[in-house]
Amino acid sequence: MNGPAAEWDAALAERRFLIQQPVGGGKAVFPPRAFAPGTGAGLEWVEASGNGTIYSATWIQRKPPEPPYNVVLVDLAEGARLMGRVEGVTPETLSIGMAVKARIIGGETPMIVFDPVEQAHG
Amino acid sequence: MGDTFPRGRVSVAGASTFGVGEMPGHSTIEMAGKAVQLALADAAINLSEVDGLFIALPDDLFAGLSLAQYLGLHPRFTDNNRAGGASFMSHLVTACMMLDAGYLDCAVIAYGANQRSSGGKLSTPARPDRWDAPYNPMYPLSFYALAAARHMHQYGTTREDLASVAVAARLWANTNPEAFAKGPLSIEDVATSRLISSPIRARDCCLVTDGAAALVLTRSDRAKDGPQPLVPVLGAAAATWYNSVTQAEDITVTAAAESGPRAMAMAGLTPDQIDTVQLYDAFTINTILFLEDLGFCPKGEGGKFVASGAIAPGGSLPVNTNGGGLSCCHPGMYGMFAMVEGVRQMRGEAANQIAGAKTALAHGNGGTLSAQATVIFGNAETV
Repeated sequence: MNGPAAEWDAALAERRFLIQQPVGGGKAVFPPRAFAPGTGAGLEWVEASGNGTIYSATWIQRKPPEPPYNVVLVDLAEGARLMGRVEGVTPETLSIGMAVKARIIGGETPMIVFDPVEQAHG
Repeated sequence: MGDTFPRGRVSVAGASTFGVGEMPGHSTIEMAGKAVQLALADAAINLSEVDGLFIALPDDLFAGLSLAQYLGLHPRFTDNNRAGGASFMSHLVTACMMLDAGYLDCAVIAYGANQRSSGGKLSTPARPDRWDAPYNPMYPLSFYALAAARHMHQYGTTREDLASVAVAARLWANTNPEAFAKGPLSIEDVATSRLISSPIRARDCCLVTDGAAALVLTRSDRAKDGPQPLVPVLGAAAATWYNSVTQAEDITVTAAAESGPRAMAMAGLTPDQIDTVQLYDAFTINTILFLEDLGFCPKGEGGKFVASGAIAPGGSLPVNTNGGGLSCCHPGMYGMFAMVEGVRQMRGEAANQIAGAKTALAHGNGGTLSAQATVIFGNAETV
């Protein structure tokens, strides 16, 4: 039987983004664990909504002409935080507080990235 | 219970640095060994009297064993705690408890690294965990950049605020013969230096140098008969909140907010009674975060505090009086050098001696803002 990290990997390979929630409710847990950190409560897998907000962001510079790439921290709607990357943005358009949505990319080594969510104006 | 500490009952009997800056042709254990020899000479204690070894090296998983072999000792205890740059403050906690309990009689804490001469890169086996690694953050730089970016967003900390930390460190270094980086450095120099991982620029980063340091600890009743002014340990606390700062609840608050108040409670002191502060400034944001978390200014006001000149020579709070990791030396795990500078201030022998200083706080940071440890030294008047 696999540990929680391997179970998470297996789900991601099936293009599913899982997170854990304490049985009976509470803030979501990521990275996966065998029990809830701090309390030891049981955890159950749930599908992540993929909705999140940028908590912080940095642009890592590369030797020109390679453009910089971003590394962000995302607060998921369910309450967990994870590292990620936002696609299709520039240092001018990526901002802390921006709404993003998760997407799974990659074939044999899938990973989660984020896209900006168009905000309704008005 | 918890946090019972033998306030003042253990003292620093000897202290040393070796090879600060560039020391080519030396391995890490050779550098650490030399620092131990110098610290023991400083304390006038024979090598054969050492019965506890505390050490972390960048390239040796079994550094405690290696040091016993190198020194030719059969110690009662070795400790190779690896809490990054906070390791040595954690070592000191353990050493103080063991000395006071009578388990040990003479403990040595040692460190040596040759990262400048060995290639100029940060020599560390540490790397991002498997959850962070797919996004290629620079380790550890980008993790600090994420903290800095959030601090700027949340509190309005400015680019110039960050730069003023590096400028203050340089001003102290300019009058410290041991410091590696000297010369003029302006706010503009820092704020326009090469961007690496926004908002962190090249001059926001600590140096890459060689360097070794050691402390010799004994019970105070012995240390007071030694050749050096008494430097009692008044309090020491380590706090660990996570490994990757990705998992911080609030990335602008570090475990220094726990280690600092705990150490000060042990010492029976409040921040306004600390005369000099030596802290691990791996990046300019560190100084701002730790000054806030340790209680020297309110959370969110660290930027304004450092920009006011408070931490520079002539300011109200002398911080990193040796020039810090930014301008004195940074062999990879700077914590030892913060403690040695604190000891020198308490003895009255620092290059930039603060007149009348009776208390010195030394603060270590390990990992990516993950492990924090705070030590408070005093002088003979404080016990």
